Amino acid sequence: METAVKKYTFKDFASDQEVRWCPGCDDYVILRSMQKALPEMGVKKEDVVFISGIGCSSRFPYYMDTYGMHGIHGRAPGIASGVKLANPNLSVWVVTGDGDAMAIGGNHFIHVLRRNIDLNIILFNNEIYGLTKGQFSPTSLVGQKTKSSPYGNTQPPFQPGELAIGAQARFFARIGGNNPKDMTQIFIEAEKFKGTSLIEVLQNCVIFNDGCFTNVTDKAVKEDKQIYLEHGKPMIFGKNRDKGLVLNGLKLEVVTIGENGITQEDLLVHNAKEKDPTLHQMLVRLEYPLATGIIRSFNDVTLEEQEDALTAQVKANSNFKKTDDLFFSGETYKVK
Amino acid sequence: MITTKTKPQLEVLEAVIIRFVGDSGDGMQLTGTQFSDTSAMFGNDIATFPNYPSEIRAPQGSLYGVSGFQVHIGSVEISTPGDEVDLLVAMNPAGLKTNLHAVKPGHTIIVDTDAFTKKNLEKAQYETNPLEDDSLENYRVIQVSMTSLTKESLKGVEGLDNKSITRSKNMFALGMVYWMYDRSTEHTEEFFNKKFKSKPSVIEANTRVLKAGYNYANTLELIPTAYTISPAKMDPGTYRIIMGNTATAWGFLAAAEKSGLELFLGSYPITPATDILHELVKHKHFGVKAFQAEDEIAGIASAIGASFAGDLAITTTSGPGLALKGEALGLAMMIELPLVVVNVQRGGPSTGLPTKTEQSDLLQALYGRNGESPVIVVAASTPANCFNYAYNAAKLALEHMTPVILLTDGYIANGSAPWKVQSVNDMPEIKSNLVNEVTENWHPYNRNEDSLARNWAVPGTPGFEHRVGGLEKDKITGNVSYVPENHEYMTKIRAEKVKRVQNYIPNLETEFAETGDLLVIGWGGTYGSLHSAVKHLYEEEGYTNIGFAHFNYINPLPKNTEEILTKFKKIVVCELNNGQFSKVLKINFNGFEFLQHNKVQGLPFGNTELTEKFKQLVK
Repeated sequence: METAVKKYTFKDFASDQEVRWCPGCDDYVILRSMQKALPEMGVKKEDVVFISGIGCSSRFPYYMDTYGMHGIHGRAPGIASGVKLANPNLSVWVVTGDGDAMAIGGNHFIHVLRRNIDLNIILFNNEIYGLTKGQFSPTSLVGQKTKSSPYGNTQPPFQPGELAIGAQARFFARIGGNNPKDMTQIFIEAEKFKGTSLIEVLQNCVIFNDGCFTNVTDKAVKEDKQIYLEHGKPMIFGKNRDKGLVLNGLKLEVVTIGENGITQEDLLVHNAKEKDPTLHQMLVRLEYPLATGIIRSFNDVTLEEQEDALTAQVKANSNFKKTDDLFFSGETYKVK
Repeated sequence: MITTKTKPQLEVLEAVIIRFVGDSGDGMQLTGTQFSDTSAMFGNDIATFPNYPSEIRAPQGSLYGVSGFQVHIGSVEISTPGDEVDLLVAMNPAGLKTNLHAVKPGHTIIVDTDAFTKKNLEKAQYETNPLEDDSLENYRVIQVSMTSLTKESLKGVEGLDNKSITRSKNMFALGMVYWMYDRSTEHTEEFFNKKFKSKPSVIEANTRVLKAGYNYANTLELIPTAYTISPAKMDPGTYRIIMGNTATAWGFLAAAEKSGLELFLGSYPITPATDILHELVKHKHFGVKAFQAEDEIAGIASAIGASFAGDLAITTTSGPGLALKGEALGLAMMIELPLVVVNVQRGGPSTGLPTKTEQSDLLQALYGRNGESPVIVVAASTPANCFNYAYNAAKLALEHMTPVILLTDGYIANGSAPWKVQSVNDMPEIKSNLVNEVTENWHPYNRNEDSLARNWAVPGTPGFEHRVGGLEKDKITGNVSYVPENHEYMTKIRAEKVKRVQNYIPNLETEFAETGDLLVIGWGGTYGSLHSAVKHLYEEEGYTNIGFAHFNYINPLPKNTEEILTKFKKIVVCELNNGQFSKVLKINFNGFEFLQHNKVQGLPFGNTELTEKFKQLVK
């Protein structure tokens, strides 16, 4: 039986701990967006759990007045899976970064997505190691100069969405770290989605990688450089809403409405709910425009739904109600 | 139909050790299990140990593809599967070659002569046929054309291919051994009826071959005597034969039920611990959540998450897996959550000897983490008491809010023995530290004054929202704290909490001499070997000056340990490693000389090596 959920405000989710990220860091935006999104989700405060790994992003749980665990490097998906399997009523969030999720925690990252437990993962991608003071990460660009690549990075980066969808992610969204309005909405959608949701936030690191996403997220260029995808709507972008995406052979192509006879009807319509990930992968890999919003949201059975069904079936067919039934069953014998 | 002759005079034996060996595909594990189950139901005390190759399908007839099963049955207390065997049943030359050394001179070997072909002899690296030269003249060899006789007995049974016919020759051997040791074939026939319910031809075939073997032994003049082993004196009650790993799994089932919590297992397959996963995953009817993770780290991480959310959480592994879990175990220790880590030890280091036994993870269990990071360490000592120590490990974890490492080993995990079935109703209470009603000034690191256990507030409970983490925390609020004095305080209190577990565990007990010339000390899975060696010397050879103390609680050590050490002139610490527990004792108890007896061969202690060592020490 559902009991009514108290109406919360963002203050209810702020802990008494002083937030210690660098001034100007996008992490503040993410924190605030989350605190604003939670009252809109209809979940009880005591049912919310934040689990993190290690890194700047992973301090997040300390600032939320919910249940939380600051775990160990890369292992938050494992910890969160245990929390959710132990109590499927909880709203469980993983907070991670590009190094935490895709370097040391790479194995857990792909497997948690494959399993589709109902978790929400926020990936703070700043293309750098911040807490260890500026080494290249698995998303740093080739040629990027960092403390551990003074002559330029030689390791090709992961594209988080590509890796995630390759690992069977059912929900993938991407959003600029300077866009709290849409971010808040995406968090709410992620919570609604049954299955593992992954939200990549393009998060600027003011100290070690300042401006890494400016060319796409800056207010001045954002509308021309990003395409904000919405399910069921045409793939249209640009300050003048005159650009769009069409499929040309096996590639996405940017077209201009009004040129070469192109009308809005010719544009692709975004279907986030499509099972086949081909187009979602193309969107994720697109460099211009950069796809943001909910790129993929395919409803699929969750691990806990499958486990629950199996458990119910086994229970219904079993004579074992108590452990004594098991211990005293089968090949026992009496000694007098 | 073969008529049964009357039995010759039965010679009464106190105990007998039988080993069945053959190719991996010869069904030796089944044969051995059937013999031991039948004997147990007859009332004997038993101990068994399987020995199989780590290759899943080793080449047929090869020396390294030999699979064996040893069973020790008695009318007296049986505490080990035994060393040297009274009867070896060898289904092929490779089995004979690799096991001959274990047969007591003058004792019996049964061979399937049909398997002693030129090809098989070559594979077993025999230059001449041992059945034809004089290499076996010190033994009583019973040569039986088992394969041919099996085929003969199955003439006219419909629906059997050649392969199934040949494969049932193990039942011919079992039938013979049943006759030799005055056992009924009834239990095994019932087993066929249940196991092959839907395949009547297989039931018929196996039953026929089993009886054919039994009757053949009866008519065979080469077996002049049959033996009988009377029932053992055992506590009255309901028993079953249980493997150590199964007992471990069941101990956790019982602890979950008693504590009213759901059981969560996060695990990754590793020899020889995987059977615990196999067992627990079956028990969804009790709501067990068994999660096979992507690796050892995710196994323990998921268990930590489940513990945070209020389950009785465990993770199971073996040596290399414990190394991988080290960092996460430190987290569980730091945030002070209940968790049991089972390490079924195997031969190390590195990949080592995965299918062999050893006790060399003791120091890893005690110290194998960064920082000051004490956890409770307990060790089971017999296949059956794996049940109790799994239960106790869970109880200690829940009551003291700390990770507990439970050490077993390949020897007791794969060995089986009678277990007097324990009802959950008779198990000690488990009182977890769960809190439900929030009070003023509640803090996550409020502690119980006696045990120092912190309280356990789990997600879903209103008013207790709090954060835990691997960073050092303030002693009261649990918030992150870098205050130097606070860190030292917390380090000490975490250590003190584990030390105080001494007040909740039983005292160390001595067996045999309570005071005297020599104290034999062991821990964990060597109990059976050490107990029977000291018992033999004390009861049979008049060494009433030898006592025996066996440790199940390693960290903390029982309170009265020092008191017991002072009662003997000499102390010898026996372990299947290079002396890890003796190091622990040296650190803890100054002024004692701890002699060592160590063995690192992947094998358990032998009775003779121990008795000789102890005699030498009290000379």
